[in-house]
Amino acid sequence: MRKSTRVKVAPEVPTRRSTDPKPETRRHAPKALVLLGAQRFDPTLGAAMEELGVKGKIATITAGWQEREDDDEDLREHCSGRAINLRLHARAEAIFAGDPVFNEAHRERQALLRHRQDFYRVRLEHLIDAELVIKSRKAPASLLEDESNVSVSGIRELDALHLERCARDKRAFEERWHPKDRPAVARERAEIASILDDCEAIAIAGGHVASLLNRLTLFGIDDLVGDKVVFAWCAGAMALADRVVLFHDSPPQGPGAAEVLDTGLGIARGIVVLPQPEMRLRTDDKVRVELMARRFSPATCVALPARSRVTWGAGFPKSAHGATELRVDGTHGPIAARSSESLQS
Amino acid sequence: MTPSIRTLLDGPADAQKVDEFLANRSFPLVEGRSVTVVWRGEAEGVSLRHWIFGLESSNALARVPNTDLWHLTLELPPRSRVEYKLEVHHKNGSQWIEDPRNPNRARDPFGANSVMQGEGYEPPTFVHPDPEARPGLLEPFKFKSRALGGFRSGHIYLPARFRRSRLYPLLVVHDGSDYINYTGMKTILDNLIHNLEIPDMIVAFTDSPDRLQEYANHEGHARFLTEELLADLTRRLPLLDRPQARCLMGASFGAVAAFSTAHRYPDVWGRLLLQSGSFAFTDIGKQNRRGPLFDKVVEFMNVYREKPIALSERVFLTCGVYESLIYENRSLVPMLDATGMQVRFVESRDGHNWENWRDRLREGLSWLFPGPLMFIYE
Repeated sequence: MRKSTRVKVAPEVPTRRSTDPKPETRRHAPKALVLLGAQRFDPTLGAAMEELGVKGKIATITAGWQEREDDDEDLREHCSGRAINLRLHARAEAIFAGDPVFNEAHRERQALLRHRQDFYRVRLEHLIDAELVIKSRKAPASLLEDESNVSVSGIRELDALHLERCARDKRAFEERWHPKDRPAVARERAEIASILDDCEAIAIAGGHVASLLNRLTLFGIDDLVGDKVVFAWCAGAMALADRVVLFHDSPPQGPGAAEVLDTGLGIARGIVVLPQPEMRLRTDDKVRVELMARRFSPATCVALPARSRVTWGAGFPKSAHGATELRVDGTHGPIAARSSESLQS
Repeated sequence: MTPSIRTLLDGPADAQKVDEFLANRSFPLVEGRSVTVVWRGEAEGVSLRHWIFGLESSNALARVPNTDLWHLTLELPPRSRVEYKLEVHHKNGSQWIEDPRNPNRARDPFGANSVMQGEGYEPPTFVHPDPEARPGLLEPFKFKSRALGGFRSGHIYLPARFRRSRLYPLLVVHDGSDYINYTGMKTILDNLIHNLEIPDMIVAFTDSPDRLQEYANHEGHARFLTEELLADLTRRLPLLDRPQARCLMGASFGAVAAFSTAHRYPDVWGRLLLQSGSFAFTDIGKQNRRGPLFDKVVEFMNVYREKPIALSERVFLTCGVYESLIYENRSLVPMLDATGMQVRFVESRDGHNWENWRDRLREGLSWLFPGPLMFIYE
């Protein structure tokens, strides 16, 4: 009998970088963090608030809608008239309009980040192609597994490196321009903080995730969350995670590669938020599901279809309804509530 | 699958049987890979005329004995699109007509053709006006060109949410009026922008009074586009000032014009969309099989092929497999690829026509200019 080749399988290299989540230094501890499915056609925000007994005012953030930020009638209705829109987009626009030098510097930084994203994408597509080629080869299973681990480690390294470089660029920008110390920013931020003092909850809507994240960061919303109840959906939920992952398995230009965009606010730890899976995820494609889950492990990739709801704790779901977890074996299934004890075991 | 026409051919036929056969069937009759074309009437003969490279351009229809029904069954690969006419021969001459039984027709600058659609072909949804999509503006422009010595005209497309405070990418389209009229490109832009598949963009649809001359690696044309039109539009409109935000596109000779302009100005145009480019060349000698109209193209392509350079960042090429230019386009792709440019090549079972170019616009434009789809989750 022919002896099969045995290969010692190297584990995927878990890389830790400065941009990785650090649970031990968690600053933000909202009273409850509820991640919801898309609200446009199937609003569930009102029910979620009722269930959690939120009776007070709700600060809403619709900055992801950009110029349409004020078109929030439906959202006000879901909040039973208790909503106060923080108008982060309009505030930022006013700051940029009144500070052309800062505006230009910000524009340059965004252009630099766009270049970085483009170059990262070029490298990423090659790495993902390589993994798919290797996976389709015929070779001893242990060798294929070993090689696949190397591929996934390479992709994880690239993701981490990209985040690190973006963080470096943003640090350099902050050291030079001190956005939070600029009078206009400080003034607006103080006003936002004062509004938030009166609110019991914050509701963060979706939209353009990069634009939303920019505004949330500019006004340091992560430091203002305090012990409020936070509801977030779509881009809003993505922005709260450790990492923002852009994804679409069937874009018009052909199968896309999910790409990391930036570090998020880190309020939702240990989760990669995948909204609108009905339109964007091919969960029947085991290879793609497996790659996504392995790439972002140990974070949990959570698909949030319409009407789903997950209450997220310190790195795990405390309760879940209708959400799906992508698993490293390429399968997917309902995500179940866990406790910190069950994670330790 | 046996074509249904056999039922008519396998026994004695008469007018009533023909009536029954034609009733409740739509033509051309698509049955798996078989497509049957029919024509009814008195004639000396009937031929199918098409422009599929590799097949006889004229195929005779046979008469069903004792009837006035003419028929021809072809094998057509799935998702094919073939434009054709019927040539009806009479004693005193012949006449090219559209197939009166076929509702599918495609217009072009020379008139219209009937369209045979193979199994599985559907006109893409993005070509139809979407009532939800806000329409952009199409404004005529006229421009005095020193490089070309006269006025050039066209249309400028501004996206529905155009604002002077924003910066936009620019797409320059050769044979602009034909793209508007025969691909419905304005509707397509409206739809793709609405669906977030491409970003808001400004599009200059340009026309030439002498395209065969000006599009064949013409120095004046390249200068007109780059040093005059682009400069003028940059002054008048809020355009992003980087090569990645500038694209030249065209079909046939228009693709040669885009490609040769980028070759003359390699740091300016960062995106190219080339459809069924007339990239004729010779491997030895100067004699080209396409005639003197192509001499300048051949001269240019031979120079380029001798020393290929990266002249843009991303190049999207399309070509129909039923057109003779598939050979030139296929052979160009690895050459472009080797220069370090990002190249994507898409083939289709179609010919050298506007609807082929129309059907590829979504994939091409969204690859060259990905819209905010990856960024918007709401």
